[in-house]
Amino acid sequence: MKEKLVLVGNGMAGVRTLEELLKLDPERYEITVFGAEPWPNYNRIMLSPVLAGEKTVDDIILNDRAWYEDNGITLHTGDPVARIDRVGRKVVTENGEEHSYDRLLIATGSNPFIIPVPGHDKDGVIGFRDIADVEAMLEASKQDKKAVVIGGGLLGLEAANGLMKNGMEVTVVHLMDILMERQLDRPAATLLKRSLEERGMKFLMEAQTSEIMGSGRVQGVKFADGSEIGADLVVMAVGIRPSIELAQSAGIHCERGIVVSDTMQTYDPRIYAVGECVQHRGQTYGLVAPLFEQAKVAANHLAQLGIARYEGSVTSTKLKVTGIDLFSAGEFNEEEGDETLVLQDAAAGVYKKLVIRDDRIKGAVMYGDTMDGTWYFQMLRDGTDVAAMRRTILFGQHDLGDAGHGDETRVAALPDDAEICGCNGVCKGEIVDAIITKGLFTLGDVKAHTKAASSCGSCTGLVESILASTVGEGYDAAPSKKPLCGCTEYSHDEIIAGIRDHELKTMDAVRHFFEWKNPDGCAACRPALNYYLLARWPGEYQDDAQSRFINERAHGNIQKDGTYSVVPRMFGGLCTPSDLRAIADVCEKFDVPEMKVTGGQRIDLFGVKKEDLPAMWKDLSAAGFVSGHAYGKAMRTVKTCAGKTWCRFGTQNSTGLGVRLEELTWGSWMPHKFKLAVSGCPRNCAEATIKDFGVVCVDSGYELHVGGNGGIKVRVTDLLCKVATEEEVLEYCGAFVQKYREEAHYLERTAPWVERVGFDYVKQAIVDDEAQRKALYERFKYGQKFAQIDPWKAVAEGKDQHEFQPIEITAA
Amino acid sequence: MSNWIEIAALEDIPKLGSRVVKTDTMNVAVFRTRDDQVFALKDECPHKQGPLSQGIVSGTTVTCPLHNWKIDLASGCATGPDEGCTNAFNTKVENGKVYLSI
Repeated sequence: MKEKLVLVGNGMAGVRTLEELLKLDPERYEITVFGAEPWPNYNRIMLSPVLAGEKTVDDIILNDRAWYEDNGITLHTGDPVARIDRVGRKVVTENGEEHSYDRLLIATGSNPFIIPVPGHDKDGVIGFRDIADVEAMLEASKQDKKAVVIGGGLLGLEAANGLMKNGMEVTVVHLMDILMERQLDRPAATLLKRSLEERGMKFLMEAQTSEIMGSGRVQGVKFADGSEIGADLVVMAVGIRPSIELAQSAGIHCERGIVVSDTMQTYDPRIYAVGECVQHRGQTYGLVAPLFEQAKVAANHLAQLGIARYEGSVTSTKLKVTGIDLFSAGEFNEEEGDETLVLQDAAAGVYKKLVIRDDRIKGAVMYGDTMDGTWYFQMLRDGTDVAAMRRTILFGQHDLGDAGHGDETRVAALPDDAEICGCNGVCKGEIVDAIITKGLFTLGDVKAHTKAASSCGSCTGLVESILASTVGEGYDAAPSKKPLCGCTEYSHDEIIAGIRDHELKTMDAVRHFFEWKNPDGCAACRPALNYYLLARWPGEYQDDAQSRFINERAHGNIQKDGTYSVVPRMFGGLCTPSDLRAIADVCEKFDVPEMKVTGGQRIDLFGVKKEDLPAMWKDLSAAGFVSGHAYGKAMRTVKTCAGKTWCRFGTQNSTGLGVRLEELTWGSWMPHKFKLAVSGCPRNCAEATIKDFGVVCVDSGYELHVGGNGGIKVRVTDLLCKVATEEEVLEYCGAFVQKYREEAHYLERTAPWVERVGFDYVKQAIVDDEAQRKALYERFKYGQKFAQIDPWKAVAEGKDQHEFQPIEITAA
Repeated sequence: MSNWIEIAALEDIPKLGSRVVKTDTMNVAVFRTRDDQVFALKDECPHKQGPLSQGIVSGTTVTCPLHNWKIDLASGCATGPDEGCTNAFNTKVENGKVYLSI
């Protein structure tokens, strides 16, 4: 017989836990849900748009009744649980219905805090918490004129905006002297107030409510200083209180909220709690993103996997008032010793502030231009060292070289037909529509459903901003620890370290050790694990062709029509007439439809049929060519300039050095593609300063540059150091490559890797620590013994024929 | 109505891999899973006709190499939220030989 799971509270946190649980183990429990409201689970954070008339109640239903039925869940709406009998292990509803449980999940949420002033219970005084409140406000707006909203925080301002949209005259009463003081600093709050005033909202600041006046129904509000204003409707939006009465009456330990452990269990281990009713490590949360993280953990334990822990959340906030862009996160009011970076343009209505401590972002407030809010938030949670970017960081990510999106920084102001994802042609309207109608909360969801940001990723920031501005505080920013893929809970770093420290030498061993959910892994983790094992155990680990992306399995680049492109390696970009003749012969022999000179100074042969590849490689191999690895997460090319032999400005033998570097590094598998260049003088014709490893020759030696790339986000290299001899160039290059190979995440180029770990860290390892440099270089050279085997020659000689030869049959 | 054609020995198809079978009218991708189940699909992704035979096989799905659509090997249909199907054909393995019915 199945165990019985009862959920008390049919809201977002509780139902999200059920969804996560069903993903992990759909058969374990017989599930019953009790909700106080008459609705199925709806998106509470979308109440503001419903009030403002921008959406209907139907739009914000997340799980309709069919969903409960389809998943075999019994739903009781409109009948709240009145009592928990922990000894008898059952719940009793207000209507007297009893239901036993093996495990109980409490997700009772929170209640609006109603200030207990005289008259607070009069007709016409309401909170802003559920659909009933919204309906009451909409009803009131039909006949009444004047509304007073008590509370100038997030909720109060959203309520006030909604009422104003419904034609009411609205006054916001706030105890403090600035609005949203928990999210904004003074300058941002001032801009916000001004902009709301321009829309017709009125404010009474530093006003303490002392009495709600009226006989029976509300007629006005009186303040501590004796003044009063008239009102037909009073909305109390001063805050929320965790709803703990039910748990408390059952004797479960509560403080401000229901106290839970890192596994979301209450003091009664059969009883779990998630959501706004919970107090975890002394914190209560009123935003949705943390609740979803809690839901994941609770589900993991309910499914008896027992490997997840909730460790608290950092939250960010957006205000959902159409046309107002506002963002806040972290500790936005500086403390002594903190630095602040401020950009203020009052006329344009733009204000940005970052609070920085020890070169890390601690908090951010933005008004008017919030495009980069998600970027700052990401760096805040990752603890990214921002020392190198501080001069430009306030101008945003696009100022660091993000291509393609220009000045479109005000996401909320963009029209619906603005193209957001240039790769897949996805417009803003489609994204917003998918978020609302499909109830999406995460970047991953949006990518899966709309394809936006799922190709090159350069619009990720824009998509995140749209997500954040559409779902407001419900935006579920990726958890601070990112699992390698959906098959595991562990991160890239944990897996890299595990492979090293526990001597895991096969993919099955890694998947077993790190509790993979799918025995085969998936298309995302298989190539990553294959690379990590190959990089860590050269000569020991047997490369798994079936875990490589097709390009690396077929040693060519798959094109959109299923043909392949072939790039023979030309060391340093040098070639001879006989090389070119051999390439020309091959092209004619195999009817190559197009040839092109690549950006990396090689020749690309397009449109080759897969079954022709081995024969073509045989000819190229006979002419002395090896694979150019233009298809792989591998060392690609060394680009060189004209060089000292011919160029009147040339200093060192740069072309010769380029050839030596390519001979050293070719064949090496990498986390991502890796490009080198050598320029013969500081004019830098080989563009060495946008390469993963670049050398600029000068009269006195060689400048070594690292961590650059062209592409989606151009990044100029950092100058690693200057050395005097070619031998040193090779040693530093090999050491840098090996450091990157051993520590970067799969599919992370050197540019984001250097930014993530900090340039100083890399410099310390390669330049300052001679012993480490030499050890890295030795390890690199050792690995190369096994890597510098030409895959083309191997195939031409008969390896992996099944990969290239189709089976031909004639249908009878 | 089954019209079984012997196409290859089971070992000729790599585990977690595939072979392309060329017929008069189309290419068929024949997949082998970790536990030696064999599936056959028309070698065209329902999205942009990418060659599914070139994808990475895990469990009973293959991921298209062009845009990462994940196709169920048994039904030929994309797994959610993508939508679309390619043709699936019957296969059987007998005495170490793989047979296909088109």
